[in-house]
Amino acid sequence: MVEQLLYAIEVSLNGLMTGILYSLVALGFVLIFKASGVFNYAQGIMVLFAALTLVGLQAGQVPFAHLINAVFGTRIYSFGWNLPAIAAIALSAMVMVVLAMAVEKFILKFLVHQEPVILFMATIGLAYFLEGFGELMWGGEIKPLDLPLPVGISDTIESATFERFGYGFFIDKLDIAAACVAAVLVLSLVLFFQYSKIGRALRAVADDHQAALSVGISLRYIWVVIWSIAGIVGLAAGIMWGAKSGVQFSLSLIALKALPVLMLGGFTSIPGAILGGIIIGVGEKLFDFFMNPIIGGATENWFAYMLALIFLVFRPQGLFGERIIERV
Amino acid sequence: MSDKANSEAKPKNGSGEILMELKGISLRFGGVLAISDVSFDIKEGEIRAIIGPNGAGKSSMLNVISGFYHPQEGEIWFRGERRPSMRPHRVAAQGIARTFQNIALFKRMTTLDNIMTGRMTLMKSSFAAQALWWGPAEREETEHREKAERIIDFLGIQAIRKIPVGTLPYGLQKRVELGRALAAEPKLLLLDEPMAGMNVEEKEDMSRFILDVNDEFGTTIALIEHDMGVVMDISDRIVVMDYGKKIGDGRPAEIRNNQHVIDAYLGVAH
Ligand SMILES: Nc1ncnc2c1ncn2[C@@H]1O[C@H](COP(=O)(O)OP(=O)(O)OP(=O)(O)O)[C@@H](O)[C@H]1O
Ligand SMILES: [Mg+2]
Repeated sequence: MVEQLLYAIEVSLNGLMTGILYSLVALGFVLIFKASGVFNYAQGIMVLFAALTLVGLQAGQVPFAHLINAVFGTRIYSFGWNLPAIAAIALSAMVMVVLAMAVEKFILKFLVHQEPVILFMATIGLAYFLEGFGELMWGGEIKPLDLPLPVGISDTIESATFERFGYGFFIDKLDIAAACVAAVLVLSLVLFFQYSKIGRALRAVADDHQAALSVGISLRYIWVVIWSIAGIVGLAAGIMWGAKSGVQFSLSLIALKALPVLMLGGFTSIPGAILGGIIIGVGEKLFDFFMNPIIGGATENWFAYMLALIFLVFRPQGLFGERIIERV
Repeated sequence: MSDKANSEAKPKNGSGEILMELKGISLRFGGVLAISDVSFDIKEGEIRAIIGPNGAGKSSMLNVISGFYHPQEGEIWFRGERRPSMRPHRVAAQGIARTFQNIALFKRMTTLDNIMTGRMTLMKSSFAAQALWWGPAEREETEHREKAERIIDFLGIQAIRKIPVGTLPYGLQKRVELGRALAAEPKLLLLDEPMAGMNVEEKEDMSRFILDVNDEFGTTIALIEHDMGVVMDISDRIVVMDYGKKIGDGRPAEIRNNQHVIDAYLGVAH
């Protein structure tokens, strides 16, 4: 019995990492939704795109190599350099900022006063565009993400827990690093929102567009800022997921898991996104652990959605969220 | 009136220079002609009222001035220069602040934060400086905070400084909205029905604030108001609109005796 309990704790700790990833993707959604009322379907693809860019830049891959070679009959694939991780991350972050500018300039600008559903459709278009564009730019193969992150089972934790409980916990060091990065990221975002001039402007825009304009805030500038932040948060998620299972197109599927996270946490709440992600990440692992022997099957595929459905029925605004559906 | 205001010889009663001039403004929404060839000016230091029956085009006019609407025809001149078509946040940066007919506050922010946000155009520190808690950025924040507190004192809303404004009663929200507009230290202050829905006492307070702002800071004010008593009392000059057209323009005494105006008001039930 104690044995099983300890094992359950280990399982939930492992779920934490997945949960944090869900949280980061959901966080990107929440930021954009708060500031512009847009439900950004492309958030998951942005995670993938960021990760592809990071890997490509780091390995000195020539962007659009296939296209260039096909058109000019050349055979260039690589610049022949290997960027240090920090430089590659910084460059990728810049690419995400450029992407945010492009999204504002070519999409949002033209849809300012449109219905939310039209903006939503636009982001679906953006998602598929970005998926194709990412593949064209960096190729479609699975690539390992090679960053100097700690990986492997932490011996310290294993031996420490073994001494205390007679049972060694298997915790991936990467999980611990991910948790730390996520914590720092969220904390700095919260501080930024609360205390900086731009943070105040962001909150103002989230509250009332007209009023924000009247005090001199440029909505378009704020949108670029918020999409950039969402892109950089996506980059962080992409790094962690990529470090664990390689950078591949299935990465964008985690965006689908972000949906139930949003239903749990509320569409406008930053703490909600974090907590929602963790609950679902840990919840689905634990549920699988306890229920799989009884009902079998891949419960992780549906658990999150079922939990979200229950939440929708009993608390439609999520844990901390405000009213999500306009009254009719 | 303070000594300072006296020594600056504030032009009173619309005798100052022209601050803003609207020439031949026409604004259409599809088939609706909201404003039809309206011209008038606003002089430095005056309180200029815009009155007229419901749907006359008053709010549309204020929206044109603040850049929310863009007229199909006409010119806008501000401080001696023709203003190109401008988005609202740029207009705000030029020193034109406003309130809205249907209060537009940052509902989840506190009173203090709302008023601080009103100073957005006056804040200079870059994002990077702020992110690093760099000395000057912090000093700037403190200065802005002091100015904001002064406005809070002026409006007598110390008790609600830390309360999210969405939870405040209507009259107080109107007051906070005025405070946010004042915080920008505007050259031109636009007020769309600042006293709508208020009781007599609240209206008196609001009139007092408007007169004090005009007196003490020399702020030029353009306001829309339905309460004739208040309008006649506080304004220097009045524009009267009806069905998108200007039907009167002058001092309160002249407006009171203007036959067009009398007809428009008797002909339309409020
Ligand atoms: N955004 C808009 N879209 C379409 N029509 C509009 C818009 N804004 C104003 N109108 C129309 O323009 C006309 C003038 O409206 P406006 O709000 O300026 O009147 P008002 O004088 O402020 O009236 P009230 O005293 O009721 O506030 C009305 O017929 C109104 O329906
Ligand atoms: Mg109006």
